[in-house]
Amino acid sequence: MKKTIILSIIILSITGIIACQKILPKAPPEDALLDGPVEGLSYEEHRRFLAGDVAFNDEIFTSANGLGPVFVATSCGSCHAGDGKGHPFTTLTRFGQVDSTGNRFLHLGGPQLQNRALPGYMPEQIPAGATFSNFMPPANTGLGFLELVTDADILAMADPTDVNGDGISGVPNYEYLPPFVTPFTNAIARNGKYIHRFGKKAAAYNLLQQTVNAYNQDIGITSTFQPKDVYTGLNIEPEVSDVTVHHVVFYLQTLKAPIQRNQNDADVIKGKSLFIQTGCEGCHKQTLKTDISTIAPLSNKTFHPYTDLLLHDMGPGLDDGYTEGSAKTAEWRTPPLWGLGLSPNSQGGKYFLLHDGRAKSIEEAILLHGGEAQQSKNKFIQLSTQEKNNLLKFLASL
Amino acid sequence: MRLFIYLVTFVFFSSTAIAQIDPVLLRRMVKDTSGMLLNMDAVYNRPFLQSGKLPVALGGYAEANYQYFQKDGVSEGHQFQMRRLTLFVSSSISKRIKFLSEIEFEDGTKEINIEFGSVDFEFAPLFNLRGGIVMNPIGAFNQNHDGPKWEFIDRPVSATQMLPATWSNIGFGLFGKKYTKNWVYAYEAYLTNGFDDKIIDNAESKTFLPASKENKNRFEESANGSPLFTGKVAVRKRGIGELGLSYMGGIYNKYQADGLVLDKKRSVNVFAIDFNTTLATINTYITAEWAWVNVDVPETYTEQFGSKQQGGFIDFVQPVIRKPVLGFDKSIINVALRLEYVDWNRGRFKSSGDNIGDELFSIVPAISWRPTAQTVIRLNYRYNWQKDILGNPPAKLAGFQFGVSTYF
Repeated sequence: MKKTIILSIIILSITGIIACQKILPKAPPEDALLDGPVEGLSYEEHRRFLAGDVAFNDEIFTSANGLGPVFVATSCGSCHAGDGKGHPFTTLTRFGQVDSTGNRFLHLGGPQLQNRALPGYMPEQIPAGATFSNFMPPANTGLGFLELVTDADILAMADPTDVNGDGISGVPNYEYLPPFVTPFTNAIARNGKYIHRFGKKAAAYNLLQQTVNAYNQDIGITSTFQPKDVYTGLNIEPEVSDVTVHHVVFYLQTLKAPIQRNQNDADVIKGKSLFIQTGCEGCHKQTLKTDISTIAPLSNKTFHPYTDLLLHDMGPGLDDGYTEGSAKTAEWRTPPLWGLGLSPNSQGGKYFLLHDGRAKSIEEAILLHGGEAQQSKNKFIQLSTQEKNNLLKFLASL
Repeated sequence: MRLFIYLVTFVFFSSTAIAQIDPVLLRRMVKDTSGMLLNMDAVYNRPFLQSGKLPVALGGYAEANYQYFQKDGVSEGHQFQMRRLTLFVSSSISKRIKFLSEIEFEDGTKEINIEFGSVDFEFAPLFNLRGGIVMNPIGAFNQNHDGPKWEFIDRPVSATQMLPATWSNIGFGLFGKKYTKNWVYAYEAYLTNGFDDKIIDNAESKTFLPASKENKNRFEESANGSPLFTGKVAVRKRGIGELGLSYMGGIYNKYQADGLVLDKKRSVNVFAIDFNTTLATINTYITAEWAWVNVDVPETYTEQFGSKQQGGFIDFVQPVIRKPVLGFDKSIINVALRLEYVDWNRGRFKSSGDNIGDELFSIVPAISWRPTAQTVIRLNYRYNWQKDILGNPPAKLAGFQFGVSTYF
């Protein structure tokens, strides 16, 4: 009896160990994930990436460590689940600016609405007379590549007077730098203003400015870079350390670029061809390249974000009457399309596309294009059903 | 506190030393074997050891385990854990005045808690007074949580991550029981210190009742001056099982300070139902608990902190071998299964109308060997599906746990 039991235990244990690998959840395929670092980081860079990952995804702010008292979200990760796009629940609202002369409602809480508040406090309201726009949080992936596109390359894609007559102009958003931002060494300035590239209106110069603003405007967290408390308007002690901010910036810089899926699928290949034929690539530029960088895996790389980082007039249908920097109210920065097909994985299983998430499918997003994209949209409408499906399949593969 | 621990340790080791010299001085206290015990009796229904004619009885339990988990392909590797070492001291001060304390060391000495420390005055079967640190009788698990009683290494998620087990507070209350032929009826009602603002202002980023356990001052002062009421009624019929209905509620927020009103009074209400039985024909033991939590969360706060929660678990334990094994005469081998579910945020997003996620489902098959009734060796496999608040594809976690737990 004893021998039987001991033998049974040994057999069960061996079976269990062998079975382990079979019944433990496997990692999703790499091309199904938006998070994860670029390949080739050093040990030290991996440590910085991990520190940034923790600060971005795991650090939850509460009243004890500085949340609010008025805010939009309680952590960075809550707006960018899995580093993907946001959800209507995490959509933020900006208000108060109608032209390049600046925001007239800064004294009333502009530019961003902190629509939530700790118990006992009242959240902000949009002041009477202020126009506003809702902004869906974007995916974070590949931002380090976009940051390293040179101003010269951006300007080479601009066509402010539509010299080539394709109906697409494209202009950069020139804006002054905040005091804590140092311009890139090869930056091209105009009248003291620099080309900005991040955000729906391309109103953030680099990932440091984007990060500092997000801490401050989204979570109500002050830093040495932005010491003004969003509730009182007074400068207070930093609620996040410089080191943490830099770790988050490094994390955003070194998140991998999304990997296209089904690249060799015949329909996807046809769809890509149609994408170019219909003129979508006029704004959603397939290929860009990075400048030299101290982060080796980002240095001198060619990548495929499907954006030109420029502002385009998208027509009255997408004109909310609100803007930032030198952009006009109908102008929006071309959003990168990479990772588009993975959006439902961070948006609760659905699509919420365009700047405010109003489009519930890729096709609806195309059909809501106007202005400089009107010609391309018309060409899309004229495609056969099969061709449309191919084009949509290509976009979903990104 | 430290002095008390030293004292307990001294008494414990002194008595053990005596036992090593003359084992007959040690005797097990007589346990109730009537089969009519309730979950509320769990605190005294433990193996205590008494030395000679000392009025003090000692006991305790320990839990240690190994685990290997993997979440979506990523593992923290092999982990060995000393989850709990708990010491009980009970004393019969007089025939009808008893004192019992339970001191727990969790994760080594990371947390040291007095989970129970009350004096009971027995006036009549239906009228007894209890005062001190009590375990609020919400659901069944909170009062009946000793590791060696369970075939599962992890405590139920709904009991510890939605309800705050083990949840103890300083307070007073009444309890009583009435026996008839095949029935026993019981009640408990306590007023204690309670929750605080942390239940909706915490790093879990969800409504999280256990967050109030971080407030060590709750044994010294109430966070808001409003008592928490906890009440339970239970009934057991011989041959059928026990059914318990419980409620816990009160004001959780600090609505005033220094005479100034800071906010309106906001309440937390918890309802729970628990049931346990043994199927007579096949001896399957079933225990289940389900709870609902309602919290008054300000409309202007974030929907991340839900106003409604629900969750529970059901355990099936089936003895399969009852015969001597490896020299243990009263050995029992069980197979068991736990199913559990928690929804930390019931409702729909105002912005999209979509269902709010933030839920978990898990299944835990287990094999346990009880060489004696007081000791269990357990092998568990756990598989969790957990959705974030947006309802994105669930994170999958699975792994094996092996552990031992024993009263001593």
